[in-house]
Amino acid sequence: MASSNEEVLLSVRGLQKAFGGLVAVRELSFDIRQGGITGLIGPNGSGKTTVLNLITGELRPDRGAILLEGEDISGWPAFRICRARIARTFQLVRVLPYMTARENVMLGRMFGSEAVQPGRAANEAEALLERVGLGGRAGQLGAQLTYIDQKRLELARALACHPQLLLLDEWLAGLNPTELQTGIDLIRLIRSDGVTIVMIEHVMEAIRALCDRVVVMNAGERIAEGTPDRVLSDAGVMRAYLGADDAAA
Amino acid sequence: MLELLTRNPRIVALTALATVALALLPLVASGYVVSLFIVLYANVALATAWAFFSGSTRYISLATAAFFGVGIYALAILHLHVPIALALLGATVVGFLVALVVGLSTLRLRGVYFVVFTFGLTELVHQVLNWWEIKVNRTVTRYIFADVSNVSIYETLLAVTLVTILGSWYVSRIRLGFALRAIGEDETVARHTGIDTTRVKVLCFAISASVMALVGAVLALRYPYIDASIAFNNTWSFQVLIAALLGGPTRPWGPALGAVPLVLLSDYLAGTFPHHFGIALGLCFVVIVYFLPGGVAPLLERTYRRWAAARALGAWPPSPVADRLKARLARLNALWRM
Repeated sequence: MASSNEEVLLSVRGLQKAFGGLVAVRELSFDIRQGGITGLIGPNGSGKTTVLNLITGELRPDRGAILLEGEDISGWPAFRICRARIARTFQLVRVLPYMTARENVMLGRMFGSEAVQPGRAANEAEALLERVGLGGRAGQLGAQLTYIDQKRLELARALACHPQLLLLDEWLAGLNPTELQTGIDLIRLIRSDGVTIVMIEHVMEAIRALCDRVVVMNAGERIAEGTPDRVLSDAGVMRAYLGADDAAA
Repeated sequence: MLELLTRNPRIVALTALATVALALLPLVASGYVVSLFIVLYANVALATAWAFFSGSTRYISLATAAFFGVGIYALAILHLHVPIALALLGATVVGFLVALVVGLSTLRLRGVYFVVFTFGLTELVHQVLNWWEIKVNRTVTRYIFADVSNVSIYETLLAVTLVTILGSWYVSRIRLGFALRAIGEDETVARHTGIDTTRVKVLCFAISASVMALVGAVLALRYPYIDASIAFNNTWSFQVLIAALLGGPTRPWGPALGAVPLVLLSDYLAGTFPHHFGIALGLCFVVIVYFLPGGVAPLLERTYRRWAAARALGAWPPSPVADRLKARLARLNALWRM
């Protein structure tokens, strides 16, 4: 668990969620410390995205608490969570196809925390687009962007909500090596602005490069937690997550 | 609002001019023309109100007739007790409140379920009112004793129509309009970017319904009597939907572009082919939907852009207008190359 000298931003306590008979998240507890990057990893179907959906209000937990700076936000509707400055991206990238890149980003600025009017939101959207590498593309429709650019757009939209906590659901998946490096640099940049980040990720390179801590899930439960080096060399994690062959390598 | 208006002086001037011309029309036009325009305004207002909610959120509602009918009944009851103006206001409020209740209970439904529900809603309200009238009032008709001239109805509906279009345009420029569009494109994303989707949907559904009820109430002033099957006629729901689709439901002025030709067309067909009216109108719908799937408004916009582009190439009109058009052309080209 978190060491006492660092402030906890988000604390998950005994979180449980079942879909019918399938318990997707079981008695899960972990802390997210202010300013860090936490990796949430585990094999497919281990409940990572469900955790993210529970935190962001997409799903309601059956049991347990989610404390944001001490306040229980579990069961809040998604829009309130967003206004409490928790923003997210989606595992399957979701941009609004018939809105321009600018308008996509404006949404976050107009309805997130410290919401502003459209005119100001448009100006700030340009700056955010510039920052994620979409400068000069503001007038293009979401549907016209390539996959990587749609991912960038989603990130800009999440940042427009002025998050203190940013949840990235496999944001680096499907990128080529150059794009991956760009992506990693971008996430670092966001962290350096004081945004706390939780990233669900399968790209180990990125986990090692970025994360201060890693929480490993398997079958809805937390099986390990610690620094990337320690956790990724843990034999149990290797077996559960990477399979025997990779564990040997 | 003021800032938006001063930024588009030409549009403001044109709208003002058109409004004055239309308001003065009854001075020179025949009774037939005034009646035709009354129907026209009613259709435009209904289609605009429908598209205000359904066009942007893509929650396709077939409940137009339900709210329209609620407005008619509200007027029929209220006008016996209060002045006409107050009765109209009352009908608007009743439409708003009914939609509020309906919206809270149904806007969780999406897609075809919502469509079917709204269709069923009209039938439900219709039958419940019918039952009430027979069981409690022991009659199926209500008489309207309003002494209101056609010209007054004309002017009222003109005002309602203009306010509806301008209101719809205004909302499309403010945060609420963005929220509606975001809901139509991806409701999950809308929720996760901080939009209180339930509130936005219910509120706008109710605003849209209140306009429908008001239009119903104003039209009811022309009827000598009403009954449930006059008030809750599903044709309204479909006609309004088709008009909005024809015009372009995603633009505030789109539904008007669809409703006007449709009303004129059905008026012409009803006069020329009284016995084959239904067939002729149906054929026209099929042709329209087949050849204009996106509606008239986007088509007009494309034509305008092409025209503007051609002018820009000819370096006319003189700059800075030409420069602006050239910039627009360059942007279009960049889009193309993507």
